[in-house]
Amino acid sequence: MKTDRGGASPTPSGYQRDRELPTHLVRPSQTVPQRIANIWRYRDLLKDLVAKEIKVKYKDSALGFIWSLLNPAMFILIYYIVFQKILKNGIPLFAIYLATGLLAWNLFQSGVLGATGSVVNNSGLVKKVAFPREILALASVGSAFIFFLFQTVVLAIFLIVFRVVPSPRFVWLVPLALIALLLFASALAVLLSGINVYLRDMQHLMEILLQAWFWATPVVYPFMEIYKQLNQHGLTWLYLANPTTPVALTFQRAFYVKANPLGTNGTIVHILPSYGPMWYLAVLGAIIVFSFIFFLVSVYIFGRLEGNFAEEL
Amino acid sequence: MATAVEVVSVSKTFRLFQEKYTSLKEKAIHFGKVPHEVFPALTDISFEVEQGVTLGLLGHNGSGKSTLLKCIAGILTPSQGEIRIRGRIAAMLELGAGFHPDLSGRANIYLNAALMGLSRKEVDARFDDIVEFSELGGFIENQVKFYSSGMYARLGFAVAVNMDPDILLVDEVLAVGDANFQLKCLAKIREFQEEGRTIIFVSHSPDLVRAVCSTAFVLDHGRLVGQGPTAEAVALLQKFQLSGSGLNHDPSTEDHRLEAAISRDIHLDALFVNGVDADRGVELQAMSQVELAIVIEDVASLAGACHLEVLVYNAAGVALIRAHTREMDMEPILVRGTVEAVVQFGSLPLAVGSYSMQVNLYHPQSGMMIESRRWDNAIMIVGGQKGVGGIIAAEASVFVKEVSSRNFL
Repeated sequence: MKTDRGGASPTPSGYQRDRELPTHLVRPSQTVPQRIANIWRYRDLLKDLVAKEIKVKYKDSALGFIWSLLNPAMFILIYYIVFQKILKNGIPLFAIYLATGLLAWNLFQSGVLGATGSVVNNSGLVKKVAFPREILALASVGSAFIFFLFQTVVLAIFLIVFRVVPSPRFVWLVPLALIALLLFASALAVLLSGINVYLRDMQHLMEILLQAWFWATPVVYPFMEIYKQLNQHGLTWLYLANPTTPVALTFQRAFYVKANPLGTNGTIVHILPSYGPMWYLAVLGAIIVFSFIFFLVSVYIFGRLEGNFAEEL
Repeated sequence: MATAVEVVSVSKTFRLFQEKYTSLKEKAIHFGKVPHEVFPALTDISFEVEQGVTLGLLGHNGSGKSTLLKCIAGILTPSQGEIRIRGRIAAMLELGAGFHPDLSGRANIYLNAALMGLSRKEVDARFDDIVEFSELGGFIENQVKFYSSGMYARLGFAVAVNMDPDILLVDEVLAVGDANFQLKCLAKIREFQEEGRTIIFVSHSPDLVRAVCSTAFVLDHGRLVGQGPTAEAVALLQKFQLSGSGLNHDPSTEDHRLEAAISRDIHLDALFVNGVDADRGVELQAMSQVELAIVIEDVASLAGACHLEVLVYNAAGVALIRAHTREMDMEPILVRGTVEAVVQFGSLPLAVGSYSMQVNLYHPQSGMMIESRRWDNAIMIVGGQKGVGGIIAAEASVFVKEVSSRNFL
């Protein structure tokens, strides 16, 4: 690289041609740190894409973002009727239990599902504009996070109506659980969005897989119901290996509060494990470390796949 | 002078599939034996572009010029080799790529600029310039889906040029929009050139490349086959076109090639404007009569024929006047030995300024170009009517008529 002589006068418009300019390379493969630095450089694009998705989603609809509240509200109502009134599961404040777990799950599901198709659905952009394509997947997770924030309103309403105070012993773990969930969802989102370009079935596959995943996570049923069964075979670790489970448990422990409340039928029901905050801290920490490594691997794989995106789309 | 873009032995191969297998079932059935051909879009290309240079990339369809531009822009990654880029790069491959129809012009400016790598603060600082350049005024708050295609293109161009790029990549985008818009874009490109920014310009149109670029590269089948001053590169490109290079071999090409081979023996010798050699430049009064004498020689002493096209460009590279003998329903000009074709213009309505002329000879049957020559600043118009100006000249006089009378008592 030749060096510049200084002292050249700027043109009337103020453009200085002889200033130091950053150099970048276009080459077959970029290292993972380079890719992540590039994503960081485009962080304002992430904000703009998230804003776009939110603006466009309920554009021209009369109720607007209220739809994003009605959706979980309806879900909670139906499950409340089926499980509490018809099947008589006996869980007290079942609506809050549902709302808490669902809040966390919806963030994960809508983020991952939206991200899977994100690169394919934005093929026009991918073919014409150069920017880190991972941003598209991350924007899906980002907009899911914004809808998550809207939906906390539903939970807040339930908490106020039923006069439940969040547990001070556990509530400080919620931001940590959110970081773990966002990181894990982002890693999965980047990976799937890249694979989907080559294997379009991924989108449909994920719709089905996420349904199974939903039932593998304690959202509708209490964790302890499964725990009792699995503990006999020493398989609890397998159940907890699903990163969305400890996250859901953290949410439930913080907002549903009681681990072993008195049931609606007058007996004690075992709902949540009696682990202390330190157990949650350790598990969430492990998920964060795992998700971080997973994210790096996803970015690496995405980088390998990206080379032919413009041709495959 | 520093290097702005350095392309180091870049190759790009595409896999051409007869049919794409993207579903799981198809992938499983055809696993590992998907029928495809490997198509080398670019083969071992190396060059450097000095800062401040405007480079044209010429080539027929499928020659790889757009692929090369996409590689430089970072949209495609090369299969081999690397590209070193110094400074901020703005690619205009499609105006308004990334506009969302449901968002307002304002929101789209932010989104589009962010796509090009600008931070929010940087867009804030440029926002007014972008709106002003786009001439959208109050429409900026309307949804983009209600824009006309011209408004759309203007906004896209405005965002791209206001990014303050060190390197601007332009691909055929000036083809859209009306003449006014094209003039404005060209003026902006000229401004960039004067400021010493680097521009890489891709076009099918040798005219546009000639109007804008100082040097040009010619690509053929993914290889760099020539480089040099624009005029030479354009001549080289035409040679490749004549020799039938290109992806699309339609059955009639054979004949055309044969005819072209004969007609290539016709040569454009000189252009005289009112008796003065255009090489030297001619000073004319505004609205004066002009007679062009075009000297055509039959080099091979075979009787040949050709159609003739005359173009007059203004300083911005816009063709203001164009006359084509075939479109005037004339018979082809027979060339035996040396002939002089005389073109008369009753009066040239050109405003004060300098103009370039171009003469093209075409093969009468195939319509292929035999030769093209350009005389930069061939005509200099002086002494127009005082106080009357614009793109073209006019004779104006002003007088006042009384429409009704009224008593002021």
